[in-house]
Amino acid sequence: MSILLKIDRLVTQFPAEEGVIKAVDGVSLRVLQGETVCIVGESGCGKSVTALSVMGLFQGIAGADIRGSILFEDRDLLALSRHELRAVRGNEIAMIFQEPMSSLNPVLTIGEQLMEPLLEHLKLSKKEARKKAVELIEQVGISRPEQIVKCYPHELSGGMLQRVMIAMAISCRPKLLIADEPTTALDVTIQAQILDTLRRIKEESGMSILLITHDLGVVAEIADYVVVMYAGKVVEEGEVTRLFEAPKHPYTRGLLRSKPVLGQREESLYSIPGQVPDLLALSPSCYFYDRCEHGMEICRHREPALGEVGERQRAACWLYEEAKAHA
Amino acid sequence: MENVDSVKAKAIRTGSRPRRRSSLWSQALQQLLKNKLAVSGLAVVMLVAIVCFAGPLFSPYTDNKINMALMNKPPSMQHWLGTDKLGRDVLTRVMQAGRISLTVGLASMVLSVFLGTLLGAVAGYYRGIVDQVIMRVADLLLTIPGLPLLFICGALLSDWKVPTDYRMYIVMLMLSLVNWPGLARMIRGQMLSLREREFMQAAVVLGLRDRRKLFYHLIPNLIPLIIVMATLNIGGAILSESVLSFFGLGVMPPTPTWGNMIDAANNMIDFQEHPWLWIPPGVSIFATVIAINVFGDGLRDVLDPKMKR
Repeated sequence: MSILLKIDRLVTQFPAEEGVIKAVDGVSLRVLQGETVCIVGESGCGKSVTALSVMGLFQGIAGADIRGSILFEDRDLLALSRHELRAVRGNEIAMIFQEPMSSLNPVLTIGEQLMEPLLEHLKLSKKEARKKAVELIEQVGISRPEQIVKCYPHELSGGMLQRVMIAMAISCRPKLLIADEPTTALDVTIQAQILDTLRRIKEESGMSILLITHDLGVVAEIADYVVVMYAGKVVEEGEVTRLFEAPKHPYTRGLLRSKPVLGQREESLYSIPGQVPDLLALSPSCYFYDRCEHGMEICRHREPALGEVGERQRAACWLYEEAKAHA
Repeated sequence: MENVDSVKAKAIRTGSRPRRRSSLWSQALQQLLKNKLAVSGLAVVMLVAIVCFAGPLFSPYTDNKINMALMNKPPSMQHWLGTDKLGRDVLTRVMQAGRISLTVGLASMVLSVFLGTLLGAVAGYYRGIVDQVIMRVADLLLTIPGLPLLFICGALLSDWKVPTDYRMYIVMLMLSLVNWPGLARMIRGQMLSLREREFMQAAVVLGLRDRRKLFYHLIPNLIPLIIVMATLNIGGAILSESVLSFFGLGVMPPTPTWGNMIDAANNMIDFQEHPWLWIPPGVSIFATVIAINVFGDGLRDVLDPKMKR
């Protein structure tokens, strides 16, 4: 399988009154063709910023500083002109957002909005685009597509709107779909349906998915490969089965421990003590040190690098560096 | 209540639901019809417009012939509102003036709304240098009080001996020029908040063109606001035109407008002795402007509830 998207040492930082906020701090990851990669992490860990950086949504925004490279089929997305970038967006890389309710224009009908990328990228005629819009709605599993195209967003439910967003995203057969917490705003039964739809479309079209979530259930459901982020850095990555079976980084372990297990009664659910560090006051150290149960002296002074801890599994933790050093 | 039930019953019988398309507009209409004041405002405006545009067709005095024998005659059976100092029928002239005043008001509204929306939308969408240039020009125009500015323009026109036939069009232009900055400011403000909404980010990731985003995705969101502003703007424009014409700096006689007809009140003798010369145009202006504003207020309550004080 060839590499579709390769993010290399991406740094995205924003100026703030008190200093520079490093929202994404040297993240490297890759997405293979036809693969589903999940970025997991808690709020503020930089997972959404990573996705928006790939889409080039920070370009031209005052003060946003983006470094590193984002290679999409050997083209550096960060080096593209506005015009070239527009031709990629919606066409080769599509994106869906967390809130389907507010991601659609309230004054345009579903059909009109679905036709937009078709008219822009595929240069279809209005008539062809309308026909295609109906087909797309059918494809994402909404019944009565002819009526739905004439509806306004407020007339549909959140689950239906998210399907419409998916239909819009896949309309130009993109090679990569970025989904930024696509199920967070939906209830659990609808979540499962949306994930099923995504998986089915992925299998039909062979596109890759970069899914951002904080929900480990979603990860287990759909991911091939998982990237765990913490405070703007990748702390662990690996194939989904291996990562769930044998998490190496204390943070990943904490995450997996803090999710409820069916059939086990507990007084209270485990939670990782402490809080995410202030992104403004970071010194060279392991950023998880304060909250880590295995904290060592070295963690306070030196930043661990991402190293192999198993087959296709890497973690950034001194525990394993130490072990290797002793071996 | 009966009505709703019968509609429902019918829908059930025929097995179809009532049409729901553009339900927001029909809802707004329903709500507007409940506002008695707004509806009567609209009725008055319609009445004035119909009388002004259709009335002269039934008048035998449309040629405006000067007849010194009929000078300053009080209302009578032949001349319902009397005659003016040149023996012309006042009622006919009020109706003809209404045509001009309403047309000037409407046309200058269209132009200023067009300018205000376009410039405001572009400024709010692109921000940066474009915004700076447009909004500083708007600020400049806003700092100069409107009336003195119009007076200067009017005086210049008189000085340059612009033919009276063209003055009507130039007055329209002048009024729009004074009115667009306020509109542009309002539209820009809305645009600044709209462009950051999530659905616009979704439009960006679809790779749409700026022009498409601006005119197809953003401006339709402003239509309720634009309609309200436009309505309220007509009243203002009619008023400004009247003021200008009253001072002899707007549309010039012999072309009648309500403003230059009230000019009669400027003259102590006419003011005291011939009230039929200035009361009809005065009442027309008053009624029309009040009616438009009342209607506009009602429209605003329905379409743009956020602006309600």
